[in-house]
Amino acid sequence: MTEIALTLTDAHASTARRARRQRLQDAVFRNATLAFALLVLLILGGVTVSLIDGALPALRAFGFGFVATEVWNPVSEQFGALAPIYGTLVTSVIAMAVGIPVSFGIALFITEMCPAWLKRPLGVAIELLAGIPSIIYGIWGLFVFAPFMQSTVQPFLIATLGQIPGLGNLFMGPPYGIGILTAGLILGIMVLPFITSITRDVFETVPPMVRESAYGLGATTWEVVWNVVLPYTRTGVVGGVMLGLGRALGETMAVTFVIGNAHRISSSIMAPGTTISASIANEFTEAVGDVYTSSLVALGLILFLITFTVLSIAKLMLLRLQRKAGV
Amino acid sequence: MTSAFVRCAAFGALAVLSVSVAPLSVASAADISGAGATFPYPIYAKWADAYKKETGTGLNYQSIGSGGGIKQIKAKTVTFGASDMPLKPEELEQAGLIQFPMIMGGVVPVVNLKGIKAGEVKLSGTVLANIYMGEITKWNDPQIKALNPDVNLPNTAIAPVYRSDGSGTNFLFTDYLSKTSPKFKTQIGANTSVQWPAGIGAKGNEGVANMVKQTDGSIGYVEYAYAKQNNITHLDLQNKDGKTVSPKIEAFQAAAANADWANSKGYYVLLTDEPGAESWPITGASFILMYKAPQDAASSAEALKFFDWAYKNGSKMATELDYVPMPDAVVSLVQKTWAQTIQADGKPVWTASAK
Repeated sequence: MTEIALTLTDAHASTARRARRQRLQDAVFRNATLAFALLVLLILGGVTVSLIDGALPALRAFGFGFVATEVWNPVSEQFGALAPIYGTLVTSVIAMAVGIPVSFGIALFITEMCPAWLKRPLGVAIELLAGIPSIIYGIWGLFVFAPFMQSTVQPFLIATLGQIPGLGNLFMGPPYGIGILTAGLILGIMVLPFITSITRDVFETVPPMVRESAYGLGATTWEVVWNVVLPYTRTGVVGGVMLGLGRALGETMAVTFVIGNAHRISSSIMAPGTTISASIANEFTEAVGDVYTSSLVALGLILFLITFTVLSIAKLMLLRLQRKAGV
Repeated sequence: MTSAFVRCAAFGALAVLSVSVAPLSVASAADISGAGATFPYPIYAKWADAYKKETGTGLNYQSIGSGGGIKQIKAKTVTFGASDMPLKPEELEQAGLIQFPMIMGGVVPVVNLKGIKAGEVKLSGTVLANIYMGEITKWNDPQIKALNPDVNLPNTAIAPVYRSDGSGTNFLFTDYLSKTSPKFKTQIGANTSVQWPAGIGAKGNEGVANMVKQTDGSIGYVEYAYAKQNNITHLDLQNKDGKTVSPKIEAFQAAAANADWANSKGYYVLLTDEPGAESWPITGASFILMYKAPQDAASSAEALKFFDWAYKNGSKMATELDYVPMPDAVVSLVQKTWAQTIQADGKPVWTASAK
């Protein structure tokens, strides 16, 4: 009897000890992860502060005019960010216009229609595409893709779309091969694997039962995709698109090689232009003079703000979607 | 407040670092550290390799661009900086630096014109400037014809190609155009990057060369070494004396020999548009920047020993890579400057006998 009581108290004591140890472990774990999470904020804050600090001389010198003027003259030290901002946005729009439909197509094909034997090779190919460094895309773009654009695609565009009044303005000028359109298309190829692999993964989270029920009710593949798969995976899909857009906005090396790097805004998307990251990459090393360097840092700050705005809008959009869906 | 904190933290970190690596830094004290221009990097690397084999002293050169080199030497993180664009004498004075030319190179205009062979067409600086300003748009323009009466020039549109990345090549090219065309000087000017009114930008020598190769009627400019090694169709130029010259080592050296180095304060000499019948008009030197009163006299002495060695033994290696060695007269002038101006505790860091 006493023995049983003893072992019982022993058991109690050891349970209590274990509980204490677990509490301690939990506390350590919680605080460690909290510290890591706070570290992100700290780093982000540090980046912001140093960007603002570095950009101040330029912002002081040019004020609001910095984001509203197109001039970029290192000799007279007059700088305006309008051309790179324009280039960044336009190339990203082109990249998304090409990248989103193609990525969705690939992801849907893999999850909905692909014969089992092709699934794995396709998946590996996409992952490989994501692993290619951007400088390789740049070199390929310069030596292979740009000449192809110059000899084939651009003359065709000028001869056809370029003849339409109004719209033709987008496809004017000599076919240089490199330019905003080429950069946008290369970006489109570069964002493909990111959007594809994320959308494919989220499409695969749709429970087979839901899908099969829809087929059972007599829905076509298109109807299943449109009415079941896409609504079910909306959040993940938007996340994938945003990841791609983030890459398109910030991509540097590949764009630098094929955009033509002219601080000009042209009506034609075949004309040379520049983006924020391409300007910084091109000019930072040889930029002598404080205002010049500061203007390049200010460009970095603007890109930071653009990315931040885009991500915030995406988050807001998701929130609204979720509210509508009643989740 | 924040900056004071940052400085404190950085200082603390530095103190800890320097204590912990102190034994290490003694062991590697023989290595020379430098940073800057990318253009001379291949030859500096080759020299460093040979020098290490001979003396055991290594060179750690980061080719981060001229702007980066100037920033690093001003921040005292390196023993020497390197720049393709010389600093003005007053700027040197302000920072307590001296500069001297180490190696030279040339910039060569290249073209892609059906039926035109290398050196068949010649241009003058003014005409070249007008092309890059977008004022001459066809190859059979009267201004180009006047210089080439015997050449059958096509009615092709000219596509000017420029270096989009900031570079010493850009600086030399725009400086030359500024010297030969007053209009170019006032409207565009000379710098490592400028606001080009016409044409298309390509990244690096390879970008320009590739763009020119694939575009009929295009004109571009690349470093001599690049043009020669890749066999690109070059143009000849009319120099200051009105003579037609082809780009070659002798022509670059003629430009350097005809420059007035002795009377130029801080060796602020730009070798563009130099006089002399043989001078190639777009020649330039790459410069080394060092402290007049170095805090670490020993490493400055090591660096100067290396440069002295390179002047004496590096010419063959340089010409093999299509760089142009400095003429002997300039070298002895530079060595005099070292002995006179680089001092620590009132004593010269380097003397001609201390080899």
